[in-house]
Amino acid sequence: MSARARTHRRTAVLFLAPTVLIVGALVAYPIVFSFWMSLRSADGSRFVGLANYVEMLTSPGTRRAIANNAVWVVVAPTVVTVLGLMFAVLTDRVRLVKAVRLALFMPMAISFLAAGVTFRLVYDEDPNRGALNAAVVAVHDTFAPASPYPGATVREGSGLRVVDDGAVVTPGTVAAGAVVRLPLVGLPADAVPGHAGEAVPPAAGPGVRGLVWRDFTPGDAGTPGVVDPGEYGLPDVLVEVLRDGEVVAETYTDAYGRFVVPELAGGGYSVRLAAGNFTEPFRGLTWLGPGLVTPAIIGSYIWIWAGFAMVVISAGLASVPRSAVDAARVDGASEWQGLRLVTVPFLRPVLAVVAVTLVINVLKIFDLVLVLAPESVQPEASVLGLEMYHASFTQLNTGLGSAMAVLLFALVLPGMAWRARLLRRQELR
Amino acid sequence: MSPRVRTGAALAVLAAMLMVTGCARGIAAGGNGGADGGGELAGRTIEVAGIWTGAEQRAFRTVLDAFERRTGATVRYTSGGDDLPALLNSRLAGGSPPDVALLGQPGVVAQLARRGALAELTGPAAEAVTANYPEFWVEHGSVDGALYGVYYKVADKSVIWYRPEAFAEAGVQRPRTWQELRRVTRALADAGVGTMAVPGADGWVLTDWFENIYLRLAGPERYDQLAAHEIPWTHPTVVESLELLDDYWSADRAIQDNPLQLTFVQAVADVFGPAPKSSMIYEGDFVAAEVNRLGTVAVGEGARFFEWPSIDGSPPAVVVAGDQAVAFNDGAHTMALIAFLASPEAAGIAAAQGGFLSANRNLDRSVYPDPVTRQLADRVMEADVLRFDLSDLTPQAFGGGTDASMWRLLQEFLAGGLEPADLAGRLEVAAQRDFAAAYEMAPPGAGDGR
Repeated sequence: MSARARTHRRTAVLFLAPTVLIVGALVAYPIVFSFWMSLRSADGSRFVGLANYVEMLTSPGTRRAIANNAVWVVVAPTVVTVLGLMFAVLTDRVRLVKAVRLALFMPMAISFLAAGVTFRLVYDEDPNRGALNAAVVAVHDTFAPASPYPGATVREGSGLRVVDDGAVVTPGTVAAGAVVRLPLVGLPADAVPGHAGEAVPPAAGPGVRGLVWRDFTPGDAGTPGVVDPGEYGLPDVLVEVLRDGEVVAETYTDAYGRFVVPELAGGGYSVRLAAGNFTEPFRGLTWLGPGLVTPAIIGSYIWIWAGFAMVVISAGLASVPRSAVDAARVDGASEWQGLRLVTVPFLRPVLAVVAVTLVINVLKIFDLVLVLAPESVQPEASVLGLEMYHASFTQLNTGLGSAMAVLLFALVLPGMAWRARLLRRQELR
Repeated sequence: MSPRVRTGAALAVLAAMLMVTGCARGIAAGGNGGADGGGELAGRTIEVAGIWTGAEQRAFRTVLDAFERRTGATVRYTSGGDDLPALLNSRLAGGSPPDVALLGQPGVVAQLARRGALAELTGPAAEAVTANYPEFWVEHGSVDGALYGVYYKVADKSVIWYRPEAFAEAGVQRPRTWQELRRVTRALADAGVGTMAVPGADGWVLTDWFENIYLRLAGPERYDQLAAHEIPWTHPTVVESLELLDDYWSADRAIQDNPLQLTFVQAVADVFGPAPKSSMIYEGDFVAAEVNRLGTVAVGEGARFFEWPSIDGSPPAVVVAGDQAVAFNDGAHTMALIAFLASPEAAGIAAAQGGFLSANRNLDRSVYPDPVTRQLADRVMEADVLRFDLSDLTPQAFGGGTDASMWRLLQEFLAGGLEPADLAGRLEVAAQRDFAAAYEMAPPGAGDGR
């Protein structure tokens, strides 16, 4: 080796050394160390071989986390990329492009943590707190009006039955002439309308007749099932009289809770208070319940990242040759065909980079789930990142935590490799 | 779990992140101390880590300020949020723990002490603790016979808070027995004024429910045995307690709908806020702080409490919890701060600001700002049967934090997915695993664990 080549080499080493040192200390060493820790016991004191990996792959918690991660990886990058493409193409057409894009990009400026806290409020189950349920309830209530006595139910021991749909039915059969008593409880005093009067059973007489009232007297003063002084009738309750399962008459109670259907005679009737009298107001969906929690969190993730995808894709859009699009237009291609057959193929590398970046990003999702999922549904919402955190820091099992880190690393690796190849290919071009 | 209000994992993580980035500095600052004027510790910097944020942090700050004035030292408080143990572990792994930490879980303190991470209290600190604290609290501040912590702040976890207005509307009185509680609940349901809010989204609340029932049903001796896992969780008394719990929780209309989505903070608002949905909530004295924060009703008027009802004639018993100050080194500055936190003076400053109960027996209880707080303090100081929060005594993985087995399983139970006997079985499986893991982590020969 000539002296000159040696000098060259020395210079190269000199210039590379800082990078090698930094990458070695901050990247390579932690990876190797994690792998080493993953083969050791909870506190790192003993070698346990692959025991941590066995525990990881057999525990139902991690299995669920892996399944959730799979859902995330399939859904989130796809939706974000498609939305990003839509936004990019559509915002391209509007005036004030920059303002619109800025607005769409804005969520990126918010940390996952803050976004999680915000969405916790958006998804809150109580429509008075949760914005989403407030909207859902508003839409619902426009189509289905509220019932007069939500939450009312039968007095225990009265013999009345609540059937599946919430209607109240008398036991056995009722003959005309008798007075049917239908005591209800569970209604706050202020739910009784102002025009209601103290309950008065109807006088005996022909037809099917009865009384619906709020059978509650504070303390031990009242007798259940008996109309005590101060107990109010419930007006405007829809009463149905049935015979052999068929509704033969319908009426409403009066201000004192009485109802009378004078034209009916004989026996074999039963009286039903329609379910519509008692329907609880619609309260929206339990977004953060076990069933919807993962889609809900993915929704907030999409909100954050769609703007990013849009910006990157817009940049790609600028490099699509106008002439190709114009040529297609001249050849009679529709808007959709132009997008599908010309623009998207040109954008393919950009779309791939966006999607792969998101896949990697989604695999390590952690903070959004930790913050957004209520504690009680964290097992249902769990992802590998969260399991790793709990194993390492709440259970103090660094061995298991490291094993999960290694698994996560292995899962991210293909995406990384692909992206690195994509980038290299672009550079070569 | 700690008696603190969990304001959500968000704050915890946020605080933890801030702390990790913000605190690596300043540890070395306690190097050479104070010839230059002021008090004996002038120029010293002491770092204290705790879970408190917001108003609680400000209240604690005034206590620290008093210490600074007295000694000339600088005390830096860093909030670790609810995941403080996780944070301390990473700080320990990095070799730079704070000087003092205030921890809510004795189980965590025991683990840290057995690992050798904590310094035994000595000198003025130890003297202050023994001079000012009843035997019960000294014992609970000790691990394997050595004193490690002082219970700076304590909590009474055996009270149920209620809305007097709702009770009046239903015409019911404060229940004294479990049967009466069930009758009252039924009457409240019939009156349509709302019943009991059970914030099942926060697992620690559910463990507190169980503990109060278990202490009354099985008695203090069994309670101690269960806390130490000397009797299995499949013991008949456990199953019986779970059956009572199940009876109450799953009774028709007995508790507010969808409890697993309900957090503690929301539940307090659902009882004492402007649009109440329920009339009662069980949790400790710190419910009062939350009620004050809401500002809709006044504690003592629109929000009152009754003691946890007696079961089968059990005598009054109080489940308590608390935050103990522990030392990570035995430096004079550290011990001086601990000694100050254990003094009646510090307790007085904190107590006067409200939202704080002290177990310091030399504290003049007239400093408490209102009769309700004084009454709660009296309960803690004068209880015949006093027991520490059971879940906090168990290893962290079992009872002491987010994702802990006991929290999770009780949530599943509340959701209606488990029979009492099955739950007991699964608790036992988890206990065997978690207790074994906790002791495995202690260095060999570090005691037999209680």
